[in-house]
Amino acid sequence: MQSSPAQSTPAAQTERGLRFFHRLSFEETLFGWLFIVPAVLGLLFFRLGPVFASFYLSFTKYEIITAPQWIGFANYTKLLKDALWLRSIEVTLWYVSLFVPLSLTFAYAVALLMSRNVRGITSYRTLWYLPSVVPVVASATIWRWGLNPEFGPINYPLKVLGLPAPRWLTDPDWIVPSIVFIGLWGLGNSVLIFLASITSVPRTFYEAAEVDGANGWARFRHVTLPLTSSIIFYQLIVTVINSFQVFGVAYVLFVSNPSASSAGPDNAALFYVLYMFRNAFGYFRNGYASAMAWILFLVVMLLTIILFYSQRRWVYYETEGGGS
Amino acid sequence: MTAYRIRHTASRFLIHLTLAGGSAFMLVPFFWLLSSSLKAPHEIFVFPPKWIPDPVRWSNYREVFEVVSVLRYAANTMIVTIFSTLGVILSSSMAGYSFARLRFKGRDIMFGLILSTVMLPYVVTMIPVYILFTRLGWIGTYLPLIVPDWFGGPITIFLLRQFFRTIPLELEDAARIDGASRPRIFAQIILPLARPALTVVLVLSLLHNWNDFLAPLIYLHKRDMFTLALGLNALQHFESGLDWTHYVMVMATLMVLPVIIIYFLAQRAFVEGIVLTGLKG
Repeated sequence: MQSSPAQSTPAAQTERGLRFFHRLSFEETLFGWLFIVPAVLGLLFFRLGPVFASFYLSFTKYEIITAPQWIGFANYTKLLKDALWLRSIEVTLWYVSLFVPLSLTFAYAVALLMSRNVRGITSYRTLWYLPSVVPVVASATIWRWGLNPEFGPINYPLKVLGLPAPRWLTDPDWIVPSIVFIGLWGLGNSVLIFLASITSVPRTFYEAAEVDGANGWARFRHVTLPLTSSIIFYQLIVTVINSFQVFGVAYVLFVSNPSASSAGPDNAALFYVLYMFRNAFGYFRNGYASAMAWILFLVVMLLTIILFYSQRRWVYYETEGGGS
Repeated sequence: MTAYRIRHTASRFLIHLTLAGGSAFMLVPFFWLLSSSLKAPHEIFVFPPKWIPDPVRWSNYREVFEVVSVLRYAANTMIVTIFSTLGVILSSSMAGYSFARLRFKGRDIMFGLILSTVMLPYVVTMIPVYILFTRLGWIGTYLPLIVPDWFGGPITIFLLRQFFRTIPLELEDAARIDGASRPRIFAQIILPLARPALTVVLVLSLLHNWNDFLAPLIYLHKRDMFTLALGLNALQHFESGLDWTHYVMVMATLMVLPVIIIYFLAQRAFVEGIVLTGLKG
């Protein structure tokens, strides 16, 4: 915009500038919208639209062939009496309560170790991350045999040491822990994110802490932890949301087709989304399944909101903290 | 001073021990997969486990192609992956550029709306989208797997927008003064400069499509349309008794191998993608 020739009079300059700006803003508006047309359509048809559509469907009986039929809250009241649905909640909550704390603390601890600039750090990082790229079907396949109680490589050392060797995927009590275990194998993702945030804490903070006589623990507690808390918070939310939606591993390990009537012994692998999937794509009860989807959506939103409120107490943001 | 040194060395040693032990834990399953894929079926089910197959049955890798249509599945997966990736790169970079560089009314609202759907649980959109594709008559085709990617994704749009904002304005202004149109600036100046970010998007998209299980499971029902993920799942459930386990292992190895290769080739893009988006939990 400062491109007008230097010789012209100020008035001409302003006028040309204005006209230029005017044309530019029309042109920018035109192309601005043109360029986001696909994204906006995607937002409407594949995200926002479906959210409202599934809300509507949750109040209907809809089996694809006939038009949706309004039945009020019937799906929701039916759910409360559905023993399998309650079972799926039990399984899922059990999983979430194990996986979220375990994966976050474990990943953070590993990231802390890796941030210590040890020799060979790049190879460690590479190796730890490797399982995260493995397709879910392949990792379920690996662990189906890997967790085999008789012949698998995991029980082998336990047996040699004379420790109790769990019947991982066949004992109902061990099924959810097995899925947690498989999930922890793919931990590298969170490790990398934590590692990036830990290593980006400015050196000067540690130097200042050292001058103040802070020991290792104090430096961790008063420098590292607060300065990475926003990432911990973010990872917490993402992990919670994803944990409620476990599907692939459980499906490959315990279900053979969409309408299969069980998921593992005693339905111990009947995760929430698995049961919802069965209703939608096995039985074509789309209204009923939509009600399930919306309940999950509300729970996840509620949790996220609670976490957002709680963050004021424990999450530290550099931009607002007067001390930094 | 010596006490400090001893403590220092000891702590280093412990760190190495933990990280190396963990690395071994991460690697054992890969090794076991590979080793099982080279065994005769009865050798997989022995105690104690045999780590090195004896004899090494390379023939498993030939036979699997006669038993399962691996090549067909791989070709199908590639079709989906290529067309989805093209779409996501094009649509996300256009939107990312617009949000980063063009000023117009409603821009920030639209960007906020799109970004707000980043954490939307897929569960809540799954059924209506399925119904939409049923109405369009697309069930049993690859379109439901490809078309949504041509309409941008919140993560990739965000990622590219952040990158476009770092490209110096002067480059664009110079081209504008020379009379270049917006689409030309985008295609000839912005996109070539954005290669690092586009690589990240490319890698994320390749990985996602290669690994995806849920969407193919919902939309593809005919065996000859299956992707590798579906094929591997079917091989375990429908076609085999235990005596096919070695083929299952071969197929799993063949499916994992390309991903690992891409990972090693584009490690930096991977790491950047993970850290920038941080969303794949």
